[in-house]
Amino acid sequence: MDAPEAHVVAAERGFRAGDFLRNQLRNIAPFITLLALVAFFSIASPSFATLDNLVNILQQVSVTGIIAVGLTFVILTAEIDLSVGAMANATAIVLTFFTAQPDYVNIANIPTPGAVAIVLALLACFGLGMTTAFGVTKIGIPSFIMTLAMMQIGAGISAVLVRGQIAYTVPSLIQTLGSKSILHVPWIIIVAALFLLVAHLVLTYTRFGRYVYMVGGNREAAEYSGVNTKLIVGAVMVISAVCSGVAGMIGVAYFGSAQQNEFDTFLLDAIAAVVVGGTSLFGGRGGIGNTIVGLFVLGVLNNGLDYVKIDSFLKILIRGLILLIALVINIYAERLRTAARSAHA
Amino acid sequence: MPPALLELSGISKSFGGVQALRAVDFVLKPGEIHGLVGENGAGKSTLMKIIAGVHADYDGVMRVDGREVHFRSSRDALAAGIGMVHQELSVAPELTVAENVFLGMQPVNRLGIVDWRKMARQATEQLKNLGLNIDPAARLGDFPIGVQQLVELSRVLFSGARIIILDEPTSALSPPEIERLFGVLLRLKQSGRSLIFISHFLEDILKISDEITIFRNGRKVATTAVSAAIDKAWIIERMIGAGREELEESYLGEIKLVGKPTAPVVLEAKGLTYGSAYRDITFAARGGEVLGVYGFMGCGQLELARTLFGKLKPDRGALAIGGAPVRLANTSAARKAGVAYVAESRRSMLFGEEPVYKNVSIAVLDRLSRFLLKPDRERAIAAEQVKALDIRPPSVELRLGGLSGGNQQKVALAKWLTHPPRLLLLAEPTRGMDVGAKEDVVKIVRALRDQGIAIIVFSTEPETVLSLADRVLVMRKGAIAREFADEAISKDRLLAAA
Repeated sequence: MDAPEAHVVAAERGFRAGDFLRNQLRNIAPFITLLALVAFFSIASPSFATLDNLVNILQQVSVTGIIAVGLTFVILTAEIDLSVGAMANATAIVLTFFTAQPDYVNIANIPTPGAVAIVLALLACFGLGMTTAFGVTKIGIPSFIMTLAMMQIGAGISAVLVRGQIAYTVPSLIQTLGSKSILHVPWIIIVAALFLLVAHLVLTYTRFGRYVYMVGGNREAAEYSGVNTKLIVGAVMVISAVCSGVAGMIGVAYFGSAQQNEFDTFLLDAIAAVVVGGTSLFGGRGGIGNTIVGLFVLGVLNNGLDYVKIDSFLKILIRGLILLIALVINIYAERLRTAARSAHA
Repeated sequence: MPPALLELSGISKSFGGVQALRAVDFVLKPGEIHGLVGENGAGKSTLMKIIAGVHADYDGVMRVDGREVHFRSSRDALAAGIGMVHQELSVAPELTVAENVFLGMQPVNRLGIVDWRKMARQATEQLKNLGLNIDPAARLGDFPIGVQQLVELSRVLFSGARIIILDEPTSALSPPEIERLFGVLLRLKQSGRSLIFISHFLEDILKISDEITIFRNGRKVATTAVSAAIDKAWIIERMIGAGREELEESYLGEIKLVGKPTAPVVLEAKGLTYGSAYRDITFAARGGEVLGVYGFMGCGQLELARTLFGKLKPDRGALAIGGAPVRLANTSAARKAGVAYVAESRRSMLFGEEPVYKNVSIAVLDRLSRFLLKPDRERAIAAEQVKALDIRPPSVELRLGGLSGGNQQKVALAKWLTHPPRLLLLAEPTRGMDVGAKEDVVKIVRALRDQGIAIIVFSTEPETVLSLADRVLVMRKGAIAREFADEAISKDRLLAAA
């Protein structure tokens, strides 16, 4: 009775020592990529590795970072949210719609006090998130399709409210968080860092966080353990929409104006950050730590390409290639891991 | 004497170290319907898969029309005129009837373009020959299972099969549908085709077959022509075997069921109906009693188990737990109502990539903490269960996937024992386990029963039910066929009732 089990233990130990690298590929590869990029750009341009530029990079990835926080929850449950950019845009525009605009902005808006506008904008993204959650969990529409529809709905809300105009004014609180600094540290970095920190704590130390990982790891097993999997999936869709909404509001203050299609590129950037960081597209593996590394890779790449003289049109192609490589590594890491497992099973 | 249509001699086949077939001889004559019976794992399906070219690696000789053959694939077998209709239909419900008849071999014109008109005409003709008058352009999924089965049968026929193997064709069919199928089979027989018919339903086998062959433990036990002298009891006796070798494992001896008619009722089900899976299920489960629910694969018992755990919502009927009516909106509600469920497959119960302790604590997390996790408590709870259930190796940190199957099964059980449920549902709790692990499970289940938990064991294996149950319900085609309580029961009586 003992012999085969002793064998299992031995196999498990052998596995731990021998295949540590394979197992950790999804965590190690992004980090090595980051170090390589930093080394490359530091050598290529002396003005890259400076404190000022670090603040620059952090500032540049902050909006993406807040969106990526919500998206990390979603991808950990093996779902996807394609509406993040549109949600950010719609929320930002709801915010400006309820804020008094300068005379030359020709929008039939409804000015309200700043606090009211912020609450209304938050309610808007919460409501949109609830709609997504309802479609995915109650009606059973795959999140890929549901959020595609929500993307269009978000874009539609933005279009109807601004009618091709550009709005400039946001409540002063948002203005501060998006474009002011405290002790030379931009508030926007602090906000993004807070979102990342809270999300990390929630995912690591709370019951809800555990459920997120378990639902992503094996949804059927979670359900057969009496976990309300629909509630968890619905919750992550709402979290994603609210994170996107906050990112949209602060982003508008950061950019200085709100208009249609302003956040279109953020969908790809946020997905890239999460996936480049190594969170599994199949759910259950990864986390905020991975997303942070992914954000740095993206930020360093975008920023560094400005320091080396490179065709700005080529930048787009390079970003696409980097994302493709990250996807390959992501899938490959999963396959290596399962291969290692079955070799030892 | 003309050569037999199909003749197998000395066929042996093993999977890993398990001998599935031992030197089996089998003869199929032209124009006969040959019934195959035997318990799960007796070897009948393995033999048929060898004949149909699914298993290419075996010992022994197969001859078709006297010529030796060795099929490498089901395509080879089909080329030699052997086709199989599997228990799980391989139809495409979204395609039309005609497309299904010609799946993979649509008639094309010279340009390689599908000739739809020819296809529709031939499909109509083909199905008419089977007594089926349906629109070839209709979506196949809109027809009942019996019709879909006939469409698949016609595909096998159309591809030129002279020998047709049917695996459990009647298990999902209603009595009139069975009548129609039998009509078709008799007509095929008259047209000179030979059929092999596998089924658990002995009445069906006796009704349609000219000859029957009985399997037990990978051996052919008997082949006989069907006559008045051959009845269900005669077959069951041979299926189970009275030899000394099988006696221990087969529970041929009688087992005395001792129910607890005075114990408090924990679960009461009234008139539960779910789609076509089961209907009008009414029963009660009592605390301190193990209720066995036995039936063949597809009899609706697994759907019933899932309903009791809130995974499926019944179309009709009522449930009460501890006397109070409940509606189980989801599995979480069921767990909170005191129901626990161990599913039939470990993969759908466990998180292979996570450590043992997370697998154990998942079901009690909300009792451990409202908001923040308490990993130390989780580990302590898991360690307690690992010790109590003798899970090896005794570490809560190990990745679950590294444990042996029996130990994984214990972990699946362990998660429910930290906070004992009122009602424990076990689906196939000992499937695929070695003898030692099975005994452990029996011991654990008995101990839980003695704590006053109501336990329901759902199984397609008579041994599992007989070794665990204090009372037995037999399900047959979605309904409760009979109840055994406070009486002696044996495997043959259980099989006869199903």
